[in-house]
Amino acid sequence: MPKNPNVKRVMVIGSGPIVIGQAAEFDYAGTQACRSLKEEGVEVILVNSNPATIMTDKNIADKVYIEPLTVKMLEQIIEKEKPDSILPTLGGQAGLNLGMELEESGFLASHGVKLLGTTAATIRNAEGRQEFKDLMERIGEPCAASKVVENVQDGIEFTNTIGYPVVLRPAYTLGGSGGGIAHNQAELEEILENGLRLSRVGQVLVERCIAGWKEIEYEVMRDSAGNCITVCNMENIDPVGVHTGDSIVVAPSQTLSDKEYQMLRTSALNIINELQITGGCNVQFALHPTSFEYCVIEVNPRVSRSSALASKATGYPIAKVAAKIALGYTLDEIKNAITKKTYASFEPALDYCVVKIPRLPFDKFITAKRTLTTQMKATGEVMSICDNFEGALMKAIRSLEQHVDCLLSYDFSALSGEELLERLKVVDDQRIWVIAEAIRKGISYEKIHEITMIDVWFIDKLAILVEMEQALKTQELTPELLKEAKRIEFPDNVIARLTGKTEAEIKKLRYDNGIKAVYKMVDTCAAEFSASTPYYYSVYGGECESAGRIFMLSEDDSQEILSSAPKDANAAFFQDNSEKRKKVLVLGSGPIRIGQGIEFDYCSVHATWAFSKAGYETIIINNNPETVSTDFDIADKLYFEPLTPEDVESIVNIEHPDGAVVQFGGQTAIKLTESLMKMGVPILGTKAEDVDAAEDRELFDKILEQTQIPRAAGGTVYTAEEAKAVANRLGYPVLVRPSYVLGGQGMQIAISDQEIEEFMEIINRIAQDHPILVDKYLQGKEIEVDAVCDGTDILIPGIMEHIERTGVHSGDSISVYPAHTIGKIVKDKIAEYTRRLAMALHVKGLINIQFIAIGEDVYVIEVNPRSSRTVPYISKVTGIPIVDLATEVIIGKTIRELGYKPGLQPEAEYYAIKMPVFSFEKIRGAEISLGPEMKSTGECLGIAKTFHEALYKAFLGAGVNLPKYKNLIMTVKDADKGEAIEIGRRFEKLGYTIYATRSTAAALNEAGVKARKVNKISQESPTVMDLILGHKIDLVIDTPTQGRDKTRDGFLIRRTAIETGVNVITAMDTARALVSSLESKESDELLTPIDIAHM
Amino acid sequence: MKAFLILEDGTVFEGTHIGADKEIISEIVFNTSMAGYLEVLTDPSYAGQAVCMTYPLIGNYGICKDDMESRKPWPDGFIVRELSRIPSNFRCDCTIQQFLEENDVPGIAGIDTRALTKILREKGTMNGMITTNENYNFEEIRPKLKAYTTGKVVEKVTCKEKYVVKPTTDLAQNGPLSGSAGFDREAYAKGVREPRPTLVKELNGAGLRVALMDFGAKDNIAHSLAERGCEVTVFPALTPAEEIIAMQPDGIMLSNGPGDPKECASIIEEVKKLYATDIPIFAICLGHQLMALATGCDTHKLKYGHRGGNHPVKDLMTGRVYISSQNHGYVVDTDKLDPKVAVPAFINVNDGTNEGLAYTGKNIFTVQYHPEACPGPQDSRYLFDRFINMMKGENYNA
Repeated sequence: MPKNPNVKRVMVIGSGPIVIGQAAEFDYAGTQACRSLKEEGVEVILVNSNPATIMTDKNIADKVYIEPLTVKMLEQIIEKEKPDSILPTLGGQAGLNLGMELEESGFLASHGVKLLGTTAATIRNAEGRQEFKDLMERIGEPCAASKVVENVQDGIEFTNTIGYPVVLRPAYTLGGSGGGIAHNQAELEEILENGLRLSRVGQVLVERCIAGWKEIEYEVMRDSAGNCITVCNMENIDPVGVHTGDSIVVAPSQTLSDKEYQMLRTSALNIINELQITGGCNVQFALHPTSFEYCVIEVNPRVSRSSALASKATGYPIAKVAAKIALGYTLDEIKNAITKKTYASFEPALDYCVVKIPRLPFDKFITAKRTLTTQMKATGEVMSICDNFEGALMKAIRSLEQHVDCLLSYDFSALSGEELLERLKVVDDQRIWVIAEAIRKGISYEKIHEITMIDVWFIDKLAILVEMEQALKTQELTPELLKEAKRIEFPDNVIARLTGKTEAEIKKLRYDNGIKAVYKMVDTCAAEFSASTPYYYSVYGGECESAGRIFMLSEDDSQEILSSAPKDANAAFFQDNSEKRKKVLVLGSGPIRIGQGIEFDYCSVHATWAFSKAGYETIIINNNPETVSTDFDIADKLYFEPLTPEDVESIVNIEHPDGAVVQFGGQTAIKLTESLMKMGVPILGTKAEDVDAAEDRELFDKILEQTQIPRAAGGTVYTAEEAKAVANRLGYPVLVRPSYVLGGQGMQIAISDQEIEEFMEIINRIAQDHPILVDKYLQGKEIEVDAVCDGTDILIPGIMEHIERTGVHSGDSISVYPAHTIGKIVKDKIAEYTRRLAMALHVKGLINIQFIAIGEDVYVIEVNPRSSRTVPYISKVTGIPIVDLATEVIIGKTIRELGYKPGLQPEAEYYAIKMPVFSFEKIRGAEISLGPEMKSTGECLGIAKTFHEALYKAFLGAGVNLPKYKNLIMTVKDADKGEAIEIGRRFEKLGYTIYATRSTAAALNEAGVKARKVNKISQESPTVMDLILGHKIDLVIDTPTQGRDKTRDGFLIRRTAIETGVNVITAMDTARALVSSLESKESDELLTPIDIAHM
Repeated sequence: MKAFLILEDGTVFEGTHIGADKEIISEIVFNTSMAGYLEVLTDPSYAGQAVCMTYPLIGNYGICKDDMESRKPWPDGFIVRELSRIPSNFRCDCTIQQFLEENDVPGIAGIDTRALTKILREKGTMNGMITTNENYNFEEIRPKLKAYTTGKVVEKVTCKEKYVVKPTTDLAQNGPLSGSAGFDREAYAKGVREPRPTLVKELNGAGLRVALMDFGAKDNIAHSLAERGCEVTVFPALTPAEEIIAMQPDGIMLSNGPGDPKECASIIEEVKKLYATDIPIFAICLGHQLMALATGCDTHKLKYGHRGGNHPVKDLMTGRVYISSQNHGYVVDTDKLDPKVAVPAFINVNDGTNEGLAYTGKNIFTVQYHPEACPGPQDSRYLFDRFINMMKGENYNA
């Protein structure tokens, strides 16, 4: 069926701010889909509150609304833009839910708007628990049997029909307390009795226990004609019980015979057919490890994180094809973009193995529980490709950038055999390292399997890696042994460590023996057809397909090359030295983590496009499957590889780039600067020594002196003793932080010697290559600028001001453009300081500077001669594409040549406010109070003519939708009591009832603000905790005492509030901003949507 | 031990020896299935060929003998990137290493299978030798490689005597419906073979008798009919048509098989006689090619064939596209197809080659691919139901 001619204007709903479980993959999918729609001549109206995405660029869609994703706002935009259809399946669960709400309310029908792709009925059938179960039953596809029971006898009877073990889940208890797994009737009776008592409604769900079964996923596509294919299947190494987003996943499945593979594949197709899904869909199965029994766990009738992974793993562009299907095309009408010979209606054949490892945030949330459950905790993921599983795993491990590079990186050698058996029961992010140690200690595969339920095939693969460690430690390093170690991707530095040699010696031995990485192509078809898309991964041994030109020539030419090629096919051939265009290497930013998010992918992609436009051949290296940068049609060549010096050098050896840019890929890329220079690759833009000068305390101090810019006094230290000495010299409070880190990782405000000791201990748990900085803590207004410098002039698109005072990490602060509370003198000072610093650091390209303004004094806090988190935001709201400009400047153009007047650009006529968004509820035990260390996972934008409307929109976009009950709790530290009175009074005026803990209540009441005193947790009921659990509270304002809050009370209050879905604010400035925005909202006028593509 | 794969064009791959200790010359082909290596090995259509698996990790789930598609492996040699050190599957009977050794199949591991695949793709299928002799002399080998042909290989693989596959008379005999199966691992270890889960929910072929011409049939062809209730009599490839007609079957199936269809001159003569009857006929793969040759059509060799489980086939009757299991080196020429005899009924979406014919005015349809799957997608199993409906009197080719 060809394209539906009635679809001309499509509204696409994005997924909003990045939170755990809904991340960059939707930028990737959304961007791909929007481009695919535009390719078909369809007008695209995009709504997404996330300014950090490529998707919200004005060249991706025709109309771009960076507005809160609420039903009301979408309705307004629909009324304004009058789309004929709406595509809700690309914006994750958020987008899908909104689409459904619009449909169910009848709004779409009354405005003549159609849901494209999958219908509302389909979504209901897939998403509704009961509807889904009924449907599965109807077509004979099994779900885990379950029943809600209200007494023990019913529970026993039901369990007898489905068999032990069963999972018991009491209804309506916090965090599933009172539940458990029963393996026999005695356990069942005990847990069930208890659960029934604890449940508020006296109900317990009894469910067949499938924990420990194999978890298998299929990515399926279906078109409106009913043609179905599976793009790929994936096997979770961690069995059922760990969220697939937190599991190590391998594609394709490794331990399924064809019988099992096809059984589940057929089931997936049956399901997608019955649901009548048009587009992409993800089906998750639990497969019994020793039988053919399976259950359908879940179906996602939309593109998902797994579909992004499957796209990257196979080269099959799921979102692109899904968009075409939504327009009416059938699979056999859509060309395969990789081979350009075949069609979308085929199933990719892999001739390699893909491993994905989640990037978990426990390095950020050190108090959080590391255990992995069915609640996803990962902020991002890495993927790697190799022709063997061990190699793919090793590559993925070192891609994580978590100080791990092999199975020895977490040391469990101190544990005895017995202790290891206990430790194996813990399901956390270190499990494979524990298994490796268990193997070293001689614990049998069977025993490890019995405890972990991980398939012995995977355990054996870990054993192969452990055996190689042993061999390297104990045997002579022959070329044969080295070759085998490299085949399974042991990095040179690990081989050096294990053999007691230097890394240089290993490298030399490799080169002397011709042991070098070669590059294979991801072509969707296992080489059955020639492909034209250069998407590569490395292996050791065999033919190198990269830097060759076989696929760019006609078949006859390639025949000729083949026949003249050396006859040993295992040797590298097709060397090509005829490059004419200049080649530039763009280093990506690796996995999404707190502090280094999607913004850096935005910058990498824009830089790549800008280089491309300027006639350069572009090469991207990255390992993040969720991002736009790893889409195969962004750069001329994509290398899906770890971002370590060795991996990059192997690519450099093949590609010989004319230069590399590191300033767009965050700290990941910056860290590679020195290595790239050693390889002889020129660093384009700001020079490495100047980057260093900004990070190196002494050098930087010199520059500040020379430019006459003030900063907080401070010193560099290595030990706690030195730190205390500096702190006492400066006077407390002081700021303690490691240098060369992102997102203020490890940064703390210390108020005493004791805290210094504590923080230094934490920082030094990881060996520090660079000194630690101790600075006097200045409290003032925090200001941030991003600027482009061409060596002569600078361009500042705008000044951003933070709502929170210094002390809260800039990434966690509400950021306002244009800066509205500082005067011209301060602004001019900032522009001038920026110019001086950029010139002194010889910046060519981007620079990001944070200042503190105290009165009319301006101090510099930090300078980063590279792209920053705020680049996409400031580019979008000012309309000045600074990454593109920076790239042009790097190539040699000047700001004036690019048509811009240097200096601070005129301010816009509206306010744009960037609001941080957190994922605290997902991370059990994480401290949520804000401080110098960044904690937010994403951001959203509020843009409006007035400051207050922009602020209201920003809060709304972040999910703060008040009021509901008009009840709030205040518990603030003494220093904040004065501000609490002012803020409390304003909330009172808005009709809020204020509850407060003892001293806060006393302060409020004394000042005439009515506050009801509530008991502390340790006191008698009702306590503040009961109040929160009563689900009648809108907001908790809780400012912890300076430094790390040690009172468990405050911590518990904040955690409980977060976990029950109550908004928590931990900074007085944020609270003030919120009350201001609520005051202005009282008038209840409609918000005005703004199309940023046509401002 | 070192092993070498020497191709006709002089390319040499050095790897590690696996399987039986012997030297072979064979036609080298590749298969892109990611699972199902045992089904590939035991598919008689690979007789006379050495198979290279493009998926690099082979042997992960060992050998589950239940899944064999015939009594033994047929390829002359087996070429892989890596053989798994241990097998892991609840039904595993032995390792693939043991299986290859026991069945006298030699092979080579540790070579760049992707490079080999690309050579076969670019230059076309060619002959090669697998040897452990380091001192081979290519000039001596070359004429032998050039001279090799698969020959009259159907006679080698077909059954020696006819036999009957009993029909399922009670759905429960088929085993549990897919997915709901419990499985008694201990009983399995003791040799109690429970049937695999089935997708068949109806014995729509009950009472029907099918004659299956075995040109190298995969077991799942007879099984697919029997589990639907058909009684299947399997005939050796050289059985005279008269004998089959005399049995008065409700339908005739022509099976898959190895080699160049034109080598089967005498069989083609018998197929002509079958065509002349009014008995419904369904043919797969080689059977499809033989029927085409018997009715005046031609076949030719593809450059490198279709072998794998991901090829899209369009059923021209419904317009639907199905992912199919494929294994063929030859294809029917439809250029000069006489529409009075037959019309294309299925085509390959990728390269447009013919994937099946509907015979005009006859109750005959034939497919180039494998609706019996094993290995590969089960999407085309509906064709067996179509055949059953045909035997029950429905006419698809009016």
